[in-house]
Amino acid sequence: MRNPLRNMTKTIPRGMLIAGLLCMLATSSVQYNIAQSASPLNGTLTVFAAVSLTEAFTALAQRLKTLYPGLRIQFNFAGSQSLRTQLEQGAPADVFASANVDQMELAQQSGVVLVESHLFVKNRLVVIAPRDNPGKLAAFRDLATPGLKLVLAGPHVPVGQYSRQALRQAAADYGADFEAQVLQNLVSEEHNVKQVVTKVQLAEADAGITYVSDITPRIKPDILTLPIPEAYNQIATYPIALVNGTRQRTAAQAFIDFVRSDPGQALMASYNFIPVKE
Amino acid sequence: MLLIPVLLMAGFLVLPLLAIFLRILPQEGIWTTLQQPLVTEALQLSLVTSLSSLGLTALLGTPVAYVLARYRFRGIGVLDTLVDMPTVLPPTVAGVALLMTFGRQGLLGQWLDTIGLQISFTTVAVVLAQSFVSAPFYIRAAQAGFQSVDGELERVAYTLGYSPLRTFLRVTVPLAFPALLSGGVMAWARALGEFGATIMFAGNLMGRTQTMPLAIYIAMESDLAAALVLSALLIIVPFGGLFLVRALLRRRNVVAYA
Repeated sequence: MRNPLRNMTKTIPRGMLIAGLLCMLATSSVQYNIAQSASPLNGTLTVFAAVSLTEAFTALAQRLKTLYPGLRIQFNFAGSQSLRTQLEQGAPADVFASANVDQMELAQQSGVVLVESHLFVKNRLVVIAPRDNPGKLAAFRDLATPGLKLVLAGPHVPVGQYSRQALRQAAADYGADFEAQVLQNLVSEEHNVKQVVTKVQLAEADAGITYVSDITPRIKPDILTLPIPEAYNQIATYPIALVNGTRQRTAAQAFIDFVRSDPGQALMASYNFIPVKE
Repeated sequence: MLLIPVLLMAGFLVLPLLAIFLRILPQEGIWTTLQQPLVTEALQLSLVTSLSSLGLTALLGTPVAYVLARYRFRGIGVLDTLVDMPTVLPPTVAGVALLMTFGRQGLLGQWLDTIGLQISFTTVAVVLAQSFVSAPFYIRAAQAGFQSVDGELERVAYTLGYSPLRTFLRVTVPLAFPALLSGGVMAWARALGEFGATIMFAGNLMGRTQTMPLAIYIAMESDLAAALVLSALLIIVPFGGLFLVRALLRRRNVVAYA
């Protein structure tokens, strides 16, 4: 039998091989440095995050764990307004990531998070429908079709607020009563964006409005997506901040720094979030 | 010796209820909060749906209770256990189960959908969710009530020429009435408080599916005053109902049967 490795050494110039080896050595020493600086990071970090961040943050946490093996990251994913309320009622947490600025500002006003917050990603809205399209939707404006069963998040939920803003702005093109006509079709006001996804995925509703990032590979086979025209689509902005009184300040800051770092932003982008350029 | 645990337990049960009222009373504008659509619509919807589900439960649950009380047949053990299932099931499981049954792609739902009926997101869904979780409370009480009625009295009625239905309505039901009434009020109170199955199966829309417990859940994050007032109502209304029925039964001096 021929040894494939030996075959390779023949085809690759020796100089390149050495360079490659040096590279590997260099990266391993970098990793070593990170691991060393990471060594004091242990214990449990509790992150309260908007439910739309579920998949991206779970992946992010796995990545962070390879850097800080001693760190355990615990998530509480819910509607941002639920998380803000929980924080106000004294729920212990270290980091709060909200799906809109309003909920972050409310949390800052009540003093449960630190005043310094950072926008770390953006998101866009999209209309979703069950795969077999029972409401026969062809475009965004079809949301006003009488009798359509539409599910939105409630007006206090960030995505519900963004959805209503999109409907309001569309009035310029589709007529002043477009928003009212669409809201006439509302059959349920859900508590967070994942519940909107579920109701459409189960085909209970004919349509819903969610974030682009909610169209995960897991639900993609069950749904159709219809774009919302750029002119009305909303850019959701996600701020992140340290929770006031965190006992894991270093780890919490490391989490926030990693989300905002280039690899963190690249990972968020791979989950269909829009990275934020500094 | 007994005093300490009794006081602790009593305090543990009463204090949380008291806390709601103590939090509301010093606040101004209770009346305006009470008149908010969020509150009035939820109150109205809750009363209508909980009474409807009580009606449905009484209609279909009474025969089940009678059968369990009077007949012995193969499979009665299964029926007997089935009746207790909703009580031990988490409401979320009830919600998923109802969706898989009456949802648009559900067992019966897909068939209903072809004839143009959709149950999820309607007030009917609220009533079904409430009936599902509250029926056992009525059936168990009614079963005990029927068992306490002497079968000999029914046989006497037959010999006097009463039909089985007439016997049931004129002899059995009046004798078991205290039990039916107290079971009914328990089931109604449970229906009034139904939350998990409703929010999963019926959705949440003011005036159509947003009952009081759902409105409290929503208001906790936007309007604490409304959440407190609705919570207070959900303490007062069932307490009033239970108290009234118990007082009524005591007056008839038949509370021992209930």
